[in-house]
Amino acid sequence: MAELDINDAVLTTRLDAVVNWGRKNSLWPMPFGVACCAIEFMSMMSSKYDLSRFGAEAMRFSPRQSDMMLILGTITNKMAPVLRTIYAQMAEPKWVISVGVCASSGGMYRTYATLQGVDRIIPVDVYVPGCPPRPESIIYGVMKLQEQIEKESLSMRKDHIARFYESLERQDALQAAKGLTSQQTIREMLMDAGERGVGTIF
Amino acid sequence: MAHPASPFLPVLILLLVAAVTAAAILVLSGWVLPLLKPNNPQEAKLRVYECGVPPLQTGARHKYSVKFYLTAMLFILFDVEAAFLLPWAVNFKTALWTFGAMLSFMATLLVGFVYAWGKGAFEWER
Repeated sequence: MAELDINDAVLTTRLDAVVNWGRKNSLWPMPFGVACCAIEFMSMMSSKYDLSRFGAEAMRFSPRQSDMMLILGTITNKMAPVLRTIYAQMAEPKWVISVGVCASSGGMYRTYATLQGVDRIIPVDVYVPGCPPRPESIIYGVMKLQEQIEKESLSMRKDHIARFYESLERQDALQAAKGLTSQQTIREMLMDAGERGVGTIF
Repeated sequence: MAHPASPFLPVLILLLVAAVTAAAILVLSGWVLPLLKPNNPQEAKLRVYECGVPPLQTGARHKYSVKFYLTAMLFILFDVEAAFLLPWAVNFKTALWTFGAMLSFMATLLVGFVYAWGKGAFEWER
């Protein structure tokens, strides 16, 4: 009778790998649908393209129950504080996919009213190009995010989110100190970041 | 010889399994799993969710005076009366025999009307 080798019987792995495997296959999308990309998103979620094949079918319209935010459309400066609040309220760990050129860089709306890329105000993990991107592209974006989740370390993700909350505190303090609206506060912070040459406010 | 209670041994085992399962679920969900989940309490997470916009209107839940309850009840009384009277009046010529029935209906409502009047339900300031 052959000896039972411990290496054949027991599978060892890292905690990161197990936890990330679970996370990447149970993403709960939160659609931040503000423009036409959201129509493509509907198509992606429904039967033909069917995102549930990737374990992300439990779509929730409340940030409290979801951990993958899809920004689907043009984010105006007026909408910027709303986006930050909703990102702050999402369950942790959280990821962001910026869908379409408007969300990623302002796209064709190179105007005073439009935020030139959501990565200035919240941390973005994956950018999906297109105007609007086809459902396949958004699915590819989700797959890219899954690849990234597989690789990331747990503490890195934590620091990343902590930095955002720290910037939210600065935003609230600035708003209270100067008596501004939340939109004006974010504008101030963006101007300041631009002067320092960082480009992001978190 | 077997103990007389021995056929009930599976029931005992079942009870034990049920108790252990319930206790395990409680311990796991209450103590073990919270150690694994990310814990980052933030003030923003406790704020009201109004699609990201700070809530504008507070105190939307006021108290209404109980007098409106009486008004609503009286409205139903006269509303039903009128809703019955109109179609009856239109078709009265073809059904003269319904006069007695309608008269008794009106008499019933009249009793309620007199009662409400006597109770002072039509006085607004009290």
